[in-house]
Amino acid sequence: MLKINDLHANVENITILKGLNLEIKPGEVHAIMGPNGAGKSTLGYVLSGREGYDVSAGNVIFNDEMLLDMDIEERAKKGVFLAFQYPVEIPGVSNMEFMKESVNAMRKQHSLEPLTAAEFLKKAKHACAQVQLPLDFLKRGVNEGFSGGEKKRNEIMQMILLEPSLCILDESDSGLDIDALQVVANGVNSQRDGKRSFIVITHYQRLLDFIEPDYVHILANGKIVKSGDATLAKEIEKQGYAFLGLDTSEEPNI
Amino acid sequence: MSEQIEQVLSQKYDAGFVSDIESETFAVGLDEDVIKRISANKGEPEWLLEWRLHAYRNWLTMEEPDWAHLAYSKIDFQAISYYSSPKSMKDKPKSLDEVDPELLRTYEKLGIPLHEQQMLAGVAVDAVFDSVSVVTTFREKLEEAGVIFCPISEAVHRFPALVKKYLGSVVPRGDNYFAALNSAVFTDGSFVYIPKGVRCPMELSTYFRINEQNTGQFERTLIIAEEQSYVSYLEGCTAPQRDENQLHAAVVELIALDNAQIKYSTVQNWYPGDENGKGGIYNFVTKRGICHTNAKISWTQVETGSAITWKYPSCILKGDNSVGEFYSVALTRAKQQADTGTKMIHLGKNTKSTIISKGISAGNSNNAYRGLVHMGAKADGARNFTECDSLLIGDRCGAHTFPYIESRNPSAIVEHEATTSKVSDEQLFLCKQRGLDAEKAVSMIVNGFCKEVFKELPMEFAVEAGKLLEISLEGSVG
Repeated sequence: MLKINDLHANVENITILKGLNLEIKPGEVHAIMGPNGAGKSTLGYVLSGREGYDVSAGNVIFNDEMLLDMDIEERAKKGVFLAFQYPVEIPGVSNMEFMKESVNAMRKQHSLEPLTAAEFLKKAKHACAQVQLPLDFLKRGVNEGFSGGEKKRNEIMQMILLEPSLCILDESDSGLDIDALQVVANGVNSQRDGKRSFIVITHYQRLLDFIEPDYVHILANGKIVKSGDATLAKEIEKQGYAFLGLDTSEEPNI
Repeated sequence: MSEQIEQVLSQKYDAGFVSDIESETFAVGLDEDVIKRISANKGEPEWLLEWRLHAYRNWLTMEEPDWAHLAYSKIDFQAISYYSSPKSMKDKPKSLDEVDPELLRTYEKLGIPLHEQQMLAGVAVDAVFDSVSVVTTFREKLEEAGVIFCPISEAVHRFPALVKKYLGSVVPRGDNYFAALNSAVFTDGSFVYIPKGVRCPMELSTYFRINEQNTGQFERTLIIAEEQSYVSYLEGCTAPQRDENQLHAAVVELIALDNAQIKYSTVQNWYPGDENGKGGIYNFVTKRGICHTNAKISWTQVETGSAITWKYPSCILKGDNSVGEFYSVALTRAKQQADTGTKMIHLGKNTKSTIISKGISAGNSNNAYRGLVHMGAKADGARNFTECDSLLIGDRCGAHTFPYIESRNPSAIVEHEATTSKVSDEQLFLCKQRGLDAEKAVSMIVNGFCKEVFKELPMEFAVEAGKLLEISLEGSVG
């Protein structure tokens, strides 16, 4: 469903991705690990179309279409979902209002009638329950005053509501305690249906104890330098990235 | 991203059409004769003509104020016509059937049908077209409750004692340059009187329309709420799209006697001019209310139109325990300029005021909040809370805040909070990643920003205001 070929991308004229290749089939979960500054988040942004991330070479085929030719909302409507590492606040716009518009935008794409407020509420209640968010979250402004953990759970709640075909989770585990981590992981696992695919970007093997990946890729210096199954993540956890002979000095996380 | 926002903001003004109506319009220019002719046309009593002439002579000695954060070339007051009336109104039509159908169509096009059976139930409308009131609906029903709602030109004849007592009592003739001009040449506007203990059974609404070219609109509104009464009043305004600037200089006076409450809401959508700042209404308005003991006046305004907005709806909190409120959304785009805010003058003990101002600037526009909170020497225990938020869209607009605080009483408490934020690329990216287009995203973010003010509007108006913002922000997205 997704094929990334020799992808090169720049941010502010600095080359971050330097020939990345990756193929994902329906229903697969691919974990992307790697040292800081390797380009993990950049990959998520390039796939979702964020401005400022310029593709200089390569292409991405998503369900037989050229993904990089589409604008942001088109990609979203065709099923690309990004769970943000740092979800932004939209003061005064309730989660409910925001998600209802969003869900209905997706439904329109599939020539479905928009949901009424009551129909939406029913779905939203269910999604909230799955990530253990109280219902009053629907009334609060989007991410307004949410704790770090609440923001992450809110992202997963949105994912559940939007039913995307490709979910990109950008460090959805960062800053979470073990209980919250479990909640997020359960939310994600509930959406694994053999068709929906996942790219799980993470620093730590810990998340992968809960979301079991089919493949683990090590991204370093803009390329995938090693791929394997879940055991690769455990090896990294034990030995660090150094055993791959990588430079792990701190670089800005872009 | 900012280019897209620009496109989203590219302008669209739905009320910009011109109605082809035969009018009797004065030649341009202003002198004492013009004032005498206005007064004669309305068959006014001698005292009112004298009142006007006094204001005019005063105005001649005054200087146009230049302290506002506004840049415009001087207004040529001799290039304006001070009176225009649709011909069909000349012989005072007795019913709507005698009114020029084109006139009725104009209001219908604006979404304000004047036939009572088509109207929103629960809202009475006074429709003012250029210099005259066309019709006031539901008058009989209101009169049953003892409520008077009629054109001020008519009130001058029917209720001279009330008009004489209160006209100019809150905004004196010489209050400021534009108020003095209005006092000299005002043409029509609404008059509202709520008797003691009466809760006005419907929303009252005046709809102002400027149609004729080179014509200024100088309306005058006077609302008197007797003790223990309540009224909610709405005001809406539009004008055709024209290349030259047109002047609108209104005066609104509110009198809230002991324990009375007046809620005054405005949705101002005068023509704002084109993308390059050509044309548009110059809106110089003086609005002020006085609160007696335990009375409350609440101003809510949504300002999206006008090339220039100069407007400071204010409250004089004279009586003890009286309350003043000001809720404002001002949106400027293209080359619009707004200098707007309020004055809360605390004179009585334990008086309270709240100011919530939301300024949204886009394009090359400039949006200024200017507010005065004055705590008088006798205002023991008075309190004010001010929240002043600015939202910037794009990087070529300006937001400015000019708060003035004067406190002569050590027991008074004044709080001021201010924030400035931007519609950020991150916010837009989040919205688009969730499948929303840029247009929807911007309008949603802006509406969220204004929520605190919109919830103060009467229901029908809150919907209209939300839509108006959406239209103002509408455009093609590439």
